[in-house]
Amino acid sequence: MLKIIHNVCNLCGLCQKSCPFGAISAGAEKITVDERCTLCGACVSVCPQSALSIERRQASPEELARSVGVFVWAECEAKEGRLVPRRVVHELLTHGRRLADRLGQPLLAVVLGDGRLAGLERLCHQGADRVICCRHELLGRYSTDGFTTALSAVVAKEKPSVLLFGATPNGRDLAPRVAARLRLGLTADCTGLAIDDQGQLVQTRPAFGGNIMASIVTPYTRPQCATVRPNVFSAAEPDTRRPVAIQDFPVNLSKAAIRTRVVEELPAAEFGEKIEEARILVSAGRGCGEPSNLDLVRRLAHRLGGSLAGSRAIVELGWIPHTLQVGQSGTTVGPDLYVAVGISGAVQHIVGMSSSKKIVAINKDPDAPIFKIADIGVVGDAQAILPKLLDQLKSQ
Amino acid sequence: MQIAVCVKQVPEITNVRVNPETGTLIREGVASILNPFCEYALDHAVRLKNGDPGIEVVAVSMGPPQAESALLRCLELGADRAVLVSDRQFAGADTWATALTLAAVLRKEVPGYDLVLAGKQAIDGDTAQVGPEIAEILGLPQVMYAVEMSFTPNRKRIRVKREVESGHEVLEARLPALVSASKGDAMRRMPSLADVLAARRKELRKITAADLDLSESELGLAGSYTQVVKVFPPEPKSGGRKLEGLDPAQAAHEIAAFLRAERYV
Repeated sequence: MLKIIHNVCNLCGLCQKSCPFGAISAGAEKITVDERCTLCGACVSVCPQSALSIERRQASPEELARSVGVFVWAECEAKEGRLVPRRVVHELLTHGRRLADRLGQPLLAVVLGDGRLAGLERLCHQGADRVICCRHELLGRYSTDGFTTALSAVVAKEKPSVLLFGATPNGRDLAPRVAARLRLGLTADCTGLAIDDQGQLVQTRPAFGGNIMASIVTPYTRPQCATVRPNVFSAAEPDTRRPVAIQDFPVNLSKAAIRTRVVEELPAAEFGEKIEEARILVSAGRGCGEPSNLDLVRRLAHRLGGSLAGSRAIVELGWIPHTLQVGQSGTTVGPDLYVAVGISGAVQHIVGMSSSKKIVAINKDPDAPIFKIADIGVVGDAQAILPKLLDQLKSQ
Repeated sequence: MQIAVCVKQVPEITNVRVNPETGTLIREGVASILNPFCEYALDHAVRLKNGDPGIEVVAVSMGPPQAESALLRCLELGADRAVLVSDRQFAGADTWATALTLAAVLRKEVPGYDLVLAGKQAIDGDTAQVGPEIAEILGLPQVMYAVEMSFTPNRKRIRVKREVESGHEVLEARLPALVSASKGDAMRRMPSLADVLAARRKELRKITAADLDLSESELGLAGSYTQVVKVFPPEPKSGGRKLEGLDPAQAAHEIAAFLRAERYV
């Protein structure tokens, strides 16, 4: 139940404007709530008087069993004038399908965007039984406020059992807002998701920079929310024979409810391919000596048809932009080939690239941890080896 | 104006070792430090204060009594006062329970906050969740991954340059707001002797759960929605060949042969 403290309410009407379902009306003397209310909490967080609250009890097993379905937030990105689901969504749907089958429940994708949304049938081909689609002009570009309100509205109405987010920059921005609004448990950066005998989602994640793994459950709240980094699960081939079902979900959003605005966009100079999606990465570390040596690394990347990346150390030194940083505080990558040049392989770096299919390492220190995971590791000076390697590759 | 900075004391995790038999962390000999991203957040607050000495910067932390040293560092680096909330009842708190406690501390100890700053993530947990959860509980707009920030001339908004996947963007948010700091131009500085002496005269207030407007069921493990059921060491990865003692030409030859065999060239 939405609780209204009428003598604290000053009838400002913000709650009415914030409600995605139009369930609140502000009369001359008091505000009223009708049956369209889903307890999504949008009004509670905007009320300047703190006159609104939602009482949430911890649920009984019977109540928990009423939450059904594995939901995936299908984050979209702009590509050639269209908004299309990004790759991590396909990875999540592939794994979500396994979880849904184990639970005997449907798998749904939730899409938020504007009229440019396209390619949504792919979500069903990738495993979703149904797509829930919120189209609104204010959802054309990501905003914390707009997306939190819309997604919370969907979740409060549909009551899923599991809700998954890609741990992209926007996913890490959105997931804790939605979880806090709906009073839900949330586990960040899961590397494993499974269903136990009680039907609970068991979420496994690295802690202490990857030194230890923890398995986590969410006993009392539904949906059980988790974020997963890109490249942790692999996407299956889409099956175009799967039926496509796309359902519109109308939401009310007002411009005034979005409290941030973009003033300027400043794309990085050295920004080709997203390293998250690169097939081949040549990655530089502090062992490269000085920034001028990056040229050799860059040339090797070009020769192999891949992209340049780097460790946190050289980002902090200002050699490359943060968009190219691999590791726990940067991007998790999973290319077919990862060449680590002068990277010792601190555990925070390893967790960000260990799902690479093949790893080549060059490092001066024979005890560097990178050698423990490299398919081929060469102990030596990258500055001396790279020019010879480029020659060798040229002479083919 | 008031700026609250939420900070966390963390183990220097690059030195953490795991007992291979029990799978538990070996905590002995591991130094505790102020989380670097929290230090950047504090540096942003101090820079804003440098532009307007009327601003009060308050560092806030939830943690064990020894987290006092992290707050002392904040005072040395330029915070005006600090608040440590410490209680055995907080044990086992997940990000939600932590955010709920910190939000209650902010309401009680820094009620006039115009801006709440946090690090983008802590280097031990790496969740990046507590900041946004505090923002939602307090009903604030949020901007994550900030590298530069300034108030707009009318002081109604904060203008933030932040990291995004394609580079950077500049965003404005209405105040009060929560902003999380990434590395950017912020620096980790060594406080001067004068800073260290000045810090000793600043207030470092210690409070407990009893000082907060929260019930026992909202604290620590009892107030957490997630629970850790098992902790175990990660599966060791096995490497392939490690070649030592080759001259550069031989080394290059070996790598080229590998790339050819795997059909990358």
